[in-house]
Amino acid sequence: MQKETLLKEPVNLIITGVGGQGNILVSEIVAQTGCRQEWNVVVGESYGLSQRGGAVSSHVRLFQHQEYGPIIPIGEADVILGFEPLEAARQVVDYGHKNTCLIINSHPVYPIGVLRGKNKYPSLDLLFKKLREMVAEVLIIPATKLASQLGETVVQNVVMVGALAGSGCLPFRADTFIEVIKKVVPPKVRTLNEKAFYLGLEEAQKIKSLKSL
Amino acid sequence: MGWQDIVREEPGKQVLLNGNEAMARGALEAGVHFVSAYPGSPSSEVTGVLAQVSKNFNFYVEWSVNEIVALEGAAGASFAGLRALCTMKADGLNVAYDFLTSMNLGGCRGGLVLVVADDPFGHSSLKEYDSRFLAAAAWVPVLEPSTVQEARDMVKWAFALSEQIKGPVIVRSVTRISHSRGIVTLKAMKQMAQEADFKPTQQFHTFARFHQEVRERLKQVEELFAVSPFNFSFGPEKADLTVFTCGTGWLYTKEALFSLQLEDQIKIVRPGTPFPLPKQFILGHLSGTKKVVFIEETRPFLEEKVLALYALHSENLSQIKFYGKATGHVAGLRGPECGEMNTDIVREVLARLTGRPYHASAAPLTKEEKKSLQALLPPRDYVLCPGCPHRASFWVVKSALALEGNNGMVIGDIGCYSMGAMETGFNLFNTLHCMGASAGIANGLSKLQSYGFKQPVVAMVGDSTFYHAVIPALINGRWNKANYLCIVLDNGVTAMTGHQPHPGSGKNAVGEEAEVISIEEVAKSLGFMVKVSDPFRYTEAIHDVLKLIRMPGLKILILRQPCALVANREQKRRKVVVRQELCRGDACGCMRFCTRVWGCPANVWDKKHEVAAIDPAICVGCGVCIELCPAGAIVWEGND
Ligand code: SF4
Ligand code: SF4
Repeated sequence: MQKETLLKEPVNLIITGVGGQGNILVSEIVAQTGCRQEWNVVVGESYGLSQRGGAVSSHVRLFQHQEYGPIIPIGEADVILGFEPLEAARQVVDYGHKNTCLIINSHPVYPIGVLRGKNKYPSLDLLFKKLREMVAEVLIIPATKLASQLGETVVQNVVMVGALAGSGCLPFRADTFIEVIKKVVPPKVRTLNEKAFYLGLEEAQKIKSLKSL
Repeated sequence: MGWQDIVREEPGKQVLLNGNEAMARGALEAGVHFVSAYPGSPSSEVTGVLAQVSKNFNFYVEWSVNEIVALEGAAGASFAGLRALCTMKADGLNVAYDFLTSMNLGGCRGGLVLVVADDPFGHSSLKEYDSRFLAAAAWVPVLEPSTVQEARDMVKWAFALSEQIKGPVIVRSVTRISHSRGIVTLKAMKQMAQEADFKPTQQFHTFARFHQEVRERLKQVEELFAVSPFNFSFGPEKADLTVFTCGTGWLYTKEALFSLQLEDQIKIVRPGTPFPLPKQFILGHLSGTKKVVFIEETRPFLEEKVLALYALHSENLSQIKFYGKATGHVAGLRGPECGEMNTDIVREVLARLTGRPYHASAAPLTKEEKKSLQALLPPRDYVLCPGCPHRASFWVVKSALALEGNNGMVIGDIGCYSMGAMETGFNLFNTLHCMGASAGIANGLSKLQSYGFKQPVVAMVGDSTFYHAVIPALINGRWNKANYLCIVLDNGVTAMTGHQPHPGSGKNAVGEEAEVISIEEVAKSLGFMVKVSDPFRYTEAIHDVLKLIRMPGLKILILRQPCALVANREQKRRKVVVRQELCRGDACGCMRFCTRVWGCPANVWDKKHEVAAIDPAICVGCGVCIELCPAGAIVWEGND
C-alpha cells in the first residue's frame, strides 16, 4: 500500500459521545484504518465509570516521525467527531481551534439534569450557529435518523464513521475504512454496518457539495 | 480485536493494542502458566483478554473472589516453579497487601508478576492512588512503562527478573497506559510446557529474620537496574535543565520539548525502574545540571527518592534547584502533590522555567468565545442504565425509609450501585468508601443505641462485593448482635468492571459451567434471616424492607434482577409507550414524576406536546415506570 504523507503532524482527532454510544468501537475502527494507511497511531480512551451515561471521549493521534502521548493538548484537536451535540460542543471548548472540523450527530441525548428539569438543553439551532461562528467547518449529520432507516439506531456510530470518511477532513480512504469495518464487526452485522457507513459517507458528501455551490 | 492480535505467532508483526492487551501479550511471550485477578478499572482487560485466549494455549486463568486470594493463588503457582501473573487496580493492592508483604519476605520461585494499574484523576475510581509508595514500603521492585509497547516489554522482563531475584515484581501501569492504544511489534511467544514441582523439602516462610535477606535482594535488584535498558536519557549529554520523568511523563515531556523547540537544550532522564532507585544512573545525570524538573503520575515518588539521594551526595554535586510536585512547582489536574499529568502541564512548567512561550500552530479560540459556548452547556452526570435494577432497588429503599419516617441511614458500597451516592441514585447513600465497608460501618452504627443513635440502618452491597469482602463483616455482626438490614443487590455479574462472572454466576473466567455459590445459602448457613425479593415488584419489595427493618437483629434481603445490559442482550424487549392523553404533563399532580423524580434516561419529555414519552431507542422494557406512573399513562404497547 502506498504510504500517504500527513499534511500536519500530529493529526489530532477526538471522538466523543455518551457512554453506550459505541465510542470505543469507532476509535478502534479509526485507529486500525490509520495503521493500514501506515501511519503511527496512539489512542487515549476514557472508559470505566463514564460508560454509565457519562461523557466519553477518545483521543486519536496520527503521526509519522516523532512519537506522541495519548492525550491531545488543549486547543489542538483538528477534527471532532461528536455522536451527541452537547458533548461535541463541550470538546470544542477545551480542544477546539479556529480550524477545527466538527462533525456532529444532530440527535441529542439529554443529561439527567435536563430530564429532571434542573438544567436547560440549548436549542440546537443556537448551538450550531455558535459553533459555525467559532470553527472552520461544521457538518451536521442526522446519524441517528439515518441509522433508524436501517432499523437499528445502534449503528449511528458507524454512520458517523462514514461521515468522517465523506468529510474529507482526514486523509483516510473509504475502502480502507470498509476493510477495517469488515474485520472488526461480527459477520452477521457486517452488511448492516457497511450500509450505515455509506449512508454517512453520502450524507457528508452531499452537505459538502451543497456548500461548495 | 486486540484479543485476536495478542495470540498471533508472527514475530515482527506490528499490531495495535491497548496497554492491557500489550501486558497480556507480554505474559504470553514470557510463557505464563497461571493468571489470577479480581477485576477493577483500569486493570480488568489484562486478565479479561487472557481468559478469552486461554483456550488457544494451555495456561490457567481465574477470576478470583478478591485480590488477596488471587495473589495467594498466583504465589502457589510460583512456589511450584511456574510463572504466574496477578493483576489488580490500585485499590486491590491494599486488599492483597497483607499477603504481599509476608510473601515478599520468604520470596518465591517461578516468576511472579503483579500488574497494578493506578487511576490518576480517578477516572473510574473513588480515589487516586500511587502504588509505588506501597510497593516501596513492602520492598517490592517496581517497573514503570511509558508506552504501550514498553508495557509489554516490562511485563515480559518482569518474569525473568522475578525468577532471578526469587521475589515478586510489580509493573505499575496507569489509566493512560492501560486504556491507551499504540503500536506493538510482536515478539515470539515462549513454549508453555513445564511441570509443576513443589518438593517436600522446599519451604517458603515469613519470619522477621528474613528482612535482611530482602534488603540484600533489593541490592541485587539495584545492580540489575543499573544496567537495564529501561533506564535511559534523551537529548544533549550536558544540559543546565534536566527533566526526570517516569511513566507517561516521558511522552508528555518529549511532546512539550518538541513543541517548544527545546530538544537540544533540555535533557530528559527516564528511569523505568523507580524502585529501587538506580542510584548510579541518577547520580550520573544529576552531576553537571543546574535545574531538575520532575514529571510523574500521581504523587512525587521519584522526586522524593531523588531529593533524598541528592541530600546524601550533595558534597560531590553542584548546587541544584529542584522543581516538582513536592516542591510546589508542578501541579497535576487535581492540584499540587497529586493529580494526573498531561502535555499541557509539562509545557507550561518548561515554558515558565525557560521563559520561552508556547505558540500553538493553529489559531486558538478566544476566551470570550469559549466562555459563551460553555455557558450553553449543561453538565452531564453519570446515570444508571435504562432499566437498571439498582434504580428500582434505590427507589424501594428510599420509599421504605420515608414510610418508616425515622431518618434511616443508607450505608453504600462499591460497584455500579455506588451511584447511590449520586443524583441518579436519589443521593441515597450516607457513606461510601471501599469494597465491603458498608456492612462493617453498619455493624458499628447499629451498636450505638446506648449512645442515643436510634435510626434504622440499611447497608447496600453488590453481589460481587458480597463474596469479595462482606461475609466477614456479616459474621462479625451476627456474633456481636448487630442490628441492621443488609441488602444484597444481586444482578448476577460484576457489572461495573465489564460484566465478569462471580461465584454466583454459574460460570468461571473461561466460560465453563461452575458451581453457583448461592448468596442465600451462604447467608442461611450463617444463621441469618434471609428474604429474596424482586426490585421490579417494588410494592412488595418496599413491604419486605419495612418488615425486615422493624425486626431485631441483622437480617439479609436479596434484591434480585439481572443487570439491564445483560438482560437486554439476552431477552427480547417488550415495548413501553405513553398514552399521552392520560399524561396531563405539568398539570398532573405527579409533578412529572417519571422524568423529574424517577429519572430513567428512557423516560423523556415531549416538549412539543408537553407530556411524557418513552425513548424507544434506549428503553429496555423493564416495565417499572408503568407501575410507578400515578396516572396510569405508561403502558405496554398493545395495552393502549
Ligand atoms: S420501561 Fe420505563 S423504567 Fe423501564 S427502561 Fe423503559 S422507560 Fe425506563
Ligand atoms: S451495567 Fe448493569 S448494574 Fe451497571 S448501571 Fe447498567 S444496568 Fe445497572
